[in-house]
Amino acid sequence: MTLYLLRRCLQAAGVMLVMSVLVFVGVYAIGDPVEILISPEADQIERERAIRALGLDLPLWQQYLVFLKNALHGDLGRSFVFNEPALKLILDRMPATLELAFGATFVALLVGLPLGLYAGLRPNGALARGIMAGSILGFSLPTFWVGLMLIMVFAVQLGWLPSTGRGETVDVLGTRWSFLTLDGLRHLAMPAFNLALFKISLVIRLTRAGVREAMLMDYVKFARAKGLHPSRIVLVHVLKNIMIPVITVVGLEFGGTIAFSVVTESIFAWPGMGKLIIDSINVLDRPVIVAYLMLIVLMFIVINLLVDLTYTALDPRVRLEGRT
Amino acid sequence: MSAVLRPSAPPQVETPLRRFASQFAESRLALVGLVVFVAIVLAALLAPWLAPQNPYDLAQLDIMDGRLPPGSVGASGMVHWLGTDDQGRDMLSGILYGLRISLMVGAGSALVAALVGASLGMLAAYAGGRTDTLIMRLVDLQLSFPAILAALMILAFLGKGILNVVIALVVVEWAYYARTVRGSALVERRREYIEAAQCLALPTGRIIFRHLLPNVLPPLIVVGTMQVARAIALEATLSFLGLGVPITEPSLGLLIANGYEYMLSGKYWISFYPGIALLLTIVSINLVGDQLRDVINPRLQK
Repeated sequence: MTLYLLRRCLQAAGVMLVMSVLVFVGVYAIGDPVEILISPEADQIERERAIRALGLDLPLWQQYLVFLKNALHGDLGRSFVFNEPALKLILDRMPATLELAFGATFVALLVGLPLGLYAGLRPNGALARGIMAGSILGFSLPTFWVGLMLIMVFAVQLGWLPSTGRGETVDVLGTRWSFLTLDGLRHLAMPAFNLALFKISLVIRLTRAGVREAMLMDYVKFARAKGLHPSRIVLVHVLKNIMIPVITVVGLEFGGTIAFSVVTESIFAWPGMGKLIIDSINVLDRPVIVAYLMLIVLMFIVINLLVDLTYTALDPRVRLEGRT
Repeated sequence: MSAVLRPSAPPQVETPLRRFASQFAESRLALVGLVVFVAIVLAALLAPWLAPQNPYDLAQLDIMDGRLPPGSVGASGMVHWLGTDDQGRDMLSGILYGLRISLMVGAGSALVAALVGASLGMLAAYAGGRTDTLIMRLVDLQLSFPAILAALMILAFLGKGILNVVIALVVVEWAYYARTVRGSALVERRREYIEAAQCLALPTGRIIFRHLLPNVLPPLIVVGTMQVARAIALEATLSFLGLGVPITEPSLGLLIANGYEYMLSGKYWISFYPGIALLLTIVSINLVGDQLRDVINPRLQK
């Protein structure tokens, strides 16, 4: 187990290194680093000084080493717009994004699991067919357009829900959270549902496939023969087994959710890091872009690792030591 | 010798094609999808003749016609069936021209990505060893990273523009083709006909292009169809975020983005109708792709 963890961490470090090279090449080699890293308002003397200070007069490989050294010290540059360290700027907005992503995951499981269970238990029913047809729509509807339609119906026409912002927040452990107030929940509802749309479809399909497979298994037959109540068979025995693929996929999808929150946050003006990155790209605030990308890669690696570990905890058949 | 082994194609081609067509037609939903898709492609191709107005020609626009609701008559006496946007542009015309951009970007990027991905996939399968490992590692890396973020990253470096969007889409999509082609090429490689071709000492290039490629084409086509839909949706998303196509050549995504600010004042049509066009395009392609997969999949063949 320790060996496995060690190997995974080494792998992760390798991927980080590769990504840092890619990001570095993207910023320093494709674009003009002087233009990218020095504020356009700087005058000639300031520019000269900044070029030397940033080491832009050094050969490319040396520049990379400087970049890497700074990155390892948590210094990914300062934002031109906010004049704050880029990393801090992003970390400040991270709770909002995490809240949205967790909200979406929660909604996806809350809606997807029961629908998937039903569709799997009565595969030929009219309602089950309707659910499956709906899940195809969930895959192919463009998320951002659905978001707009949600605003149109629930905010503009019906006036039930607010269309932008986080609403009232509560301070817990130094960060602000929306989900603890009623107003905050009302603000969270639409963005979370919008972001969950794709995942709902995914959970429905996985659950349905899992239930159909599990219902034919011997352990279900045995449970039936023991005279267990059908609801106990489904809710305890079957559900436990289908949770493995569901959790894996939902966990893996969590990174995708954070990535896609870029779109949802832009639509609903949710002040998270996704909206920050879009704004930063639009005003060419490149240090923030670099910091965001490095951070998101790190997040992906951590998520992948966590999913693998959860997987082992849930399914003892997975023998980590035996894996290459 | 080679004349004997060469597959004599022409007289037999018709039957499989017909069988394919009738199998495809088994799903009525897929047929509807096909009809809708063909209609959309035709509408996009014929846009200059179909559209009541050239949306790029500023002389034809009248700012007084701005934000008219669907069905109203403009200053020039033209009926705007789907309303107008903030600059007085006829939405129907805008959508028809926007379709051209969306389809072009979607199909173009899918084609290039298929070429790149298929070549690399073939190389991986045929070369094996280190080359294979390297290419497949790249594929894994690419697939583990969400497409939207990768595309965002590339566009952040390259800037806006149709060509840059195509480049970004190719970079995020090639891996799907590479994985598919490698998978089926590995299976096909062990078949007797390849062995026979190798025994005949045919040049490797000929084996790959004349023998291997036609046999890995079906799964490639299925993946390609789905990827076109994905590319169109991704382009629309990127354009909506303001990172895709330039304002001078609006795709469906950009049209929807233009209507976003008017949404809150109840002027829904500027975003709504381009969205419907986008939706029809994506869903129809997916329906066709779904059925293609069922028909082409040999395991499901009766």
